[in-house]
Amino acid sequence: MKLVTAIIKPFKLDDVREALSDIGVQGITVSEVKGFGRQKGHTELYRGAEYVVDFLPKVKIEVMVTDAIVDNVIETITKSARTGKIGDGKIFVVSVEQAVRIRTGETGEEAV
Amino acid sequence: MSEHTFPSTGTTRSDPMKSPFLRTAGALLLALAPALAFGDAPVPDKGDTSWMMISTVLVILMTIPGLALFYGGMVRSKNVLSVLMQVFMVFCLVTVLWVVFGYSLAFTTGNAFFGSLDKMFLNGVNAGTLAATFSKGVYIPEYVYVAFQGTFAAITPCLIVGAFAERMKFSAILLFVTFWLVLAYLPIAHMVWFWDGPDAYTDAEAAVVATSHAGYLFALGALDFAGGTVVHINAGIAGLVGCLLVGKRLGYGSSAMAPHNLPLVMIGASLLWVGWFGFNVGSNLEANGLAGQVFVNTILATATATLAWSFAEWLLRGTPTMLGGASGAVAGLVAITPACGWVGPMGALAIGLAAGLLCLWAVSWLKHKLGYDDSLDVFGVHCVGGILGALLTGVFADPKLGGVGFVDWVTMELAPYDMAAQVMIQAKSVALTLVWSGVVSFVLFKLIDITLGLRVSEDSERQGLDTVEHGERAYG
Repeated sequence: MKLVTAIIKPFKLDDVREALSDIGVQGITVSEVKGFGRQKGHTELYRGAEYVVDFLPKVKIEVMVTDAIVDNVIETITKSARTGKIGDGKIFVVSVEQAVRIRTGETGEEAV
Repeated sequence: MSEHTFPSTGTTRSDPMKSPFLRTAGALLLALAPALAFGDAPVPDKGDTSWMMISTVLVILMTIPGLALFYGGMVRSKNVLSVLMQVFMVFCLVTVLWVVFGYSLAFTTGNAFFGSLDKMFLNGVNAGTLAATFSKGVYIPEYVYVAFQGTFAAITPCLIVGAFAERMKFSAILLFVTFWLVLAYLPIAHMVWFWDGPDAYTDAEAAVVATSHAGYLFALGALDFAGGTVVHINAGIAGLVGCLLVGKRLGYGSSAMAPHNLPLVMIGASLLWVGWFGFNVGSNLEANGLAGQVFVNTILATATATLAWSFAEWLLRGTPTMLGGASGAVAGLVAITPACGWVGPMGALAIGLAAGLLCLWAVSWLKHKLGYDDSLDVFGVHCVGGILGALLTGVFADPKLGGVGFVDWVTMELAPYDMAAQVMIQAKSVALTLVWSGVVSFVLFKLIDITLGLRVSEDSERQGLDTVEHGERAYG
């Protein structure tokens, strides 16, 4: 089991969600986050006081998947979230020890 | 115009025939002076009375919610309720104090600086007593005048709280406002606006007597139609002194303190603008042709200042901001306030243009150069804009520049106008207001700091005044 975490541009969320559904992903968790990377922020000006906004809004997607489809998921997210411009985001993958479906008590890949 | 040199004690002019009286703003009242020269008691015009009650409501709208929202949107979200509550409570506090003793100290005959306590608790005021306007034989009900002037007294201290927003104790603010009203607002209002009314000026001798009753700056000949000195310079300098004594906000200059809700700022500025028609046009005290002129001046100067601020910002900083647009509008409103009944529309245009540019300079350059933390630019907009307006009133009131000039109150005919002399008088009234209100504010803030303490603790400031001082949160 793998946990795939992707940081993407907020306006790409719907595209990514649809693409993941199409390849059979059953569920994802989404959070609105802020952060900085190589994409530069912008400056805001209030009555002459200039503020540099370093942290840009991004969306974080977390997907639990079986080992069998993890490469497909990574490829799908990469394709659907890409604009080709700086700031498209990153994907991280980690192995997961255990998963439990709370309603039924199923464990392991059954619970994914 | 040599007549403008008066004895320093001077509540009287040496030669009222040569140096005719000026109509100054919001002026005076008089419970039907027995000295009225005509037989039948005048009956207030229902049109005037209606307009003055509408104006009064409009000035209330400026404060609650106009000014409250304008200020509330500019602070960080953890302090928005504290600012709203400060404005709301100060408005109520001053309204009560106004009726208890404020009206009496400002608008009864006393000396050149204070009125008397004769009308404490509105003693002697009833539905039949009248207040004078600027036309002979024209009166409005005194109750309406009490309420109208009360709204001016109430908005002025509300303006001050923006300068030290986000760090001052609520209790310190209420205490300061109470004493500042007595020691700064009431005397300045009395000095600028109190007189016996035009019907007291029956002949040269009566004019001398009437003038001896008037406030110091009124007698000096200062022009302040709707409150440039009384309201804006008065509040602006008090704000500057307050923000200097309470100190900068934690993190000022290093962390971002961006306004948390600019749509609120825009709504607040717009309500201020709409309400200002009551403030300026209502200060004419009558619904007549000059009221129409004040109306046009108010809308024109404000629009011009907004354009000036926004285009200058666009040119110099790259983008025209909504905060800049809203600030430009308020700057224009402030600057036209003392001038609105004295200048023509082209004078208003010039004043608006100058106000937009000068106030932008004051908040974006002067403030950072001098390094004080006037949170919401009370000094940069109200004091600087007020001073500019007061001085330019002396320039553009000149009939040669399309101004109204002023009349001899005895003959009601236009008197000769000396621009240089008038600008000097304007400068004197500005200086007096700055020094008076500045010194009173300094002493009061110092005393409160020693006794009660001006500032909340560091932890409280970090947490935000909403939860610490008021036990509630604005959002989520």
